[in-house]
Amino acid sequence: MTLALALQLCSVFGITSLLAFGGGNAVIPQFEKMTVHVYHWLTPQQFTDSFAIAQAAPGPSTLIVSLLGYRAGGIWGALIATAAMVVPTGLIVYGIAKVWDKGHGEKAFRHAFQDGLAPITVGLILAGGVIVARHAESTWAQVVMTLVATVILCATKVNPLIVALSCGVIGYVVGA
Amino acid sequence: MTPNSSTSEVLAEPGAAEAPSPAAPIPEAPGPVASSWEIALTFNEISLSSFGGGLSAWSREMVVARKKWMDDPEFLSAMTICRILPGANQVNLAVFVGTKLNGLRGAGAALTGLIFMPTVLLMGIAALYAAFQRSHALQHVLAGFAAAAVAMTLQMVWKTGRTTLTSVVPIVLFAVTFVLSGVLRWPLWGTLLVAAPFGVAWAWRRAHKRITARAAAGAAR
Repeated sequence: MTLALALQLCSVFGITSLLAFGGGNAVIPQFEKMTVHVYHWLTPQQFTDSFAIAQAAPGPSTLIVSLLGYRAGGIWGALIATAAMVVPTGLIVYGIAKVWDKGHGEKAFRHAFQDGLAPITVGLILAGGVIVARHAESTWAQVVMTLVATVILCATKVNPLIVALSCGVIGYVVGA
Repeated sequence: MTPNSSTSEVLAEPGAAEAPSPAAPIPEAPGPVASSWEIALTFNEISLSSFGGGLSAWSREMVVARKKWMDDPEFLSAMTICRILPGANQVNLAVFVGTKLNGLRGAGAALTGLIFMPTVLLMGIAALYAAFQRSHALQHVLAGFAAAAVAMTLQMVWKTGRTTLTSVVPIVLFAVTFVLSGVLRWPLWGTLLVAAPFGVAWAWRRAHKRITARAAAGAAR
């Protein structure tokens, strides 16, 4: 890990994270451009693989940055890239959350803001779910599995982890 | 152990209890508090549960349903604030919740809990991926996980919708937002620019009506 590489990692991931309005996935094209075409840390195929792994693996899919950093500079590269991605934006959120939580004087407005945004957020969540489903669900078996799992999750108190693992097993059995 | 952290553990437990007592929800002023360790463990569990996606649904499951650290309106509005701010939404949300529970230490604990184990796992998976990526069996298992993640998200819509879509205006706001964002694929800022002013104005007027009604009732008495 040279100092130059460390600085490159900080600038690629730190600056990009601050421009990541609209969530982590909005900056995937920028990551691809910088890591594949500008710095040649990865081949296009390695980038595509990293994306697929980060999507399927547990945890935030934004952790694709640790895979990209790993290709660029091993373990240290992964650590620097991850820190550059989450620390600057984390500090901004910390500041906002502090102000938000301290705003006891403006309680009436805060409540209006919360209650007004809540139904909008539910709409955004449904939109996100439908968009992901369109990308990820290619077979009828998958759609049926989603609907059945949704009903089970809504109507029973079963641990969602059991539902997720069952879906994995069923996917294996149906696909095999 | 500092006196502060032992108090917070004591405070966190009753909050986590399932008892649906009719008593008022946790009083506003101090709000729930949790130790850094509990916050880190919770976000670690959220993160590791979310293979294939569904992270925000898992966050709600733990933060609202199990730990009762926030109620639905507070959690949902935090989600939208975190979407507006730059950065990865789920990372932002963890920092937001952690800050509310235990300040800077809580924020650090939530962030570490959310990303530490998954990062370690990713390194391992990346090493194995080359060997297994052509395996059809693995693809089928992943397809199953993806279906479950979408189901988690739809379940969250159902559960949060039942508590927040309780009259005509919020239902209309919900539907308009869904159409703008999910069908017409408007960017977030455009969607919020249209929907948010109506939402906040509606909630503001409703709150005022309540206050006025209460004042009138008080005066009559």
